[in-house]
Amino acid sequence: MSLYYVQKFLYHLNRDPALQERYAADRRGALAGYELTGEEVEALVDVDIGLLFHLGVNGQILMHFAALHRIEWSDYLQRMRDGITRHGPVREGVYAMVGYEGTEAHAARLGQSGTPGEPGEGGS
Amino acid sequence: MPLVYAGVCSHAPGITGRAERADPEVRDRFYEALDGMRERLEAARPDALIVVAAEHFANFFMNNMPAFALGMAEGYDGPIEDPDWLGIDKFRAPGNRDLSGRIIGEVMQTIDVAYAEEWLFDHGIAVPLHFLTPHFDVPIIPANINCQGPPLAPLHRAWAFGEALRRAADAAPERIAIIGTGGISHWPATPDSGRINEPWDREFLDRWCRNDREALCGYDDAEVYARAGQGGFEIRTFIAVSAAAEGTPGAVHFYAPIPIFAVGCTVADYQLT
Repeated sequence: MSLYYVQKFLYHLNRDPALQERYAADRRGALAGYELTGEEVEALVDVDIGLLFHLGVNGQILMHFAALHRIEWSDYLQRMRDGITRHGPVREGVYAMVGYEGTEAHAARLGQSGTPGEPGEGGS
Repeated sequence: MPLVYAGVCSHAPGITGRAERADPEVRDRFYEALDGMRERLEAARPDALIVVAAEHFANFFMNNMPAFALGMAEGYDGPIEDPDWLGIDKFRAPGNRDLSGRIIGEVMQTIDVAYAEEWLFDHGIAVPLHFLTPHFDVPIIPANINCQGPPLAPLHRAWAFGEALRRAADAAPERIAIIGTGGISHWPATPDSGRINEPWDREFLDRWCRNDREALCGYDDAEVYARAGQGGFEIRTFIAVSAAAEGTPGAVHFYAPIPIFAVGCTVADYQLT
């Protein structure tokens, strides 16, 4: 578990066009120098948005990684939801502070209903 | 001379990047409110604009995360995001290195602020400037409060940072304006993106308009996270502007949840005397 280095790689990738070129040419090679587990390497090579969110990557970092791969916004959100369904609550990081149980639990706690972001839902 | 303008607005990337997916009627009223904010800002004839933002890992990371930072450069490039994704073309915003240095020096009397001679603007600053200084003709002094990577500065320290910025602005001969940018309740870039706790937002804005220090600094981060999401941590930017307004009352010119923008879209300012 090295969430710090997963996020550090993505932080560098998001702001460095040269690293983006290296990553495009050789994904595994671009990860050299970051202390990552095998699971983390595969998630970054496979662009597994759901797993990366489950591992605890901050969405403010992850959304740029999704945009780099031209993943459309609604698809990006769904991939994270699927990741929580498949892998369970977020393991570490800011979303794990009080446990990330998923959108339905959050809706219930706030007296709301539905998945946010869809027309007529989650808006109030 | 005394601060000439103090206000706050939302900065979510969807405001420009996903504009076509919002309800046009609500979206256009929000844009009109931002136009009104720009007109009030222009009427104040600022020589420089301090933007208190909550940047999102564009410049600062957990290897050396400052609680508070100020920019000190002659210019700032942005946006760091893909221009097509954000809906804002690449730009260079002017800075004022000399004025930044004087502001930082005064702020340091009470706040151990970090400074940065390089600073890439992300949507946290780029989106507000897109509406408020679209011609990039006002020098910017970027300020940042860490709202992303806990541990975060306590709210009373965000207030103290705002007080220090006001003191520094008043001490400079230039006409200085300040804006805070951020969300109130929101869960940006997460599976809950689009969730907005409107009652919580309106209660916060009531505290903000009353400029009630005790009420504004009375939130607990665990409660903010539960009720307002991790995006709620960005209330620090609004609180700093409250402190800079030194107790004057504020007015909300626009508030409406726009889920595809992932935030309760807000335009508000203080009536400085």
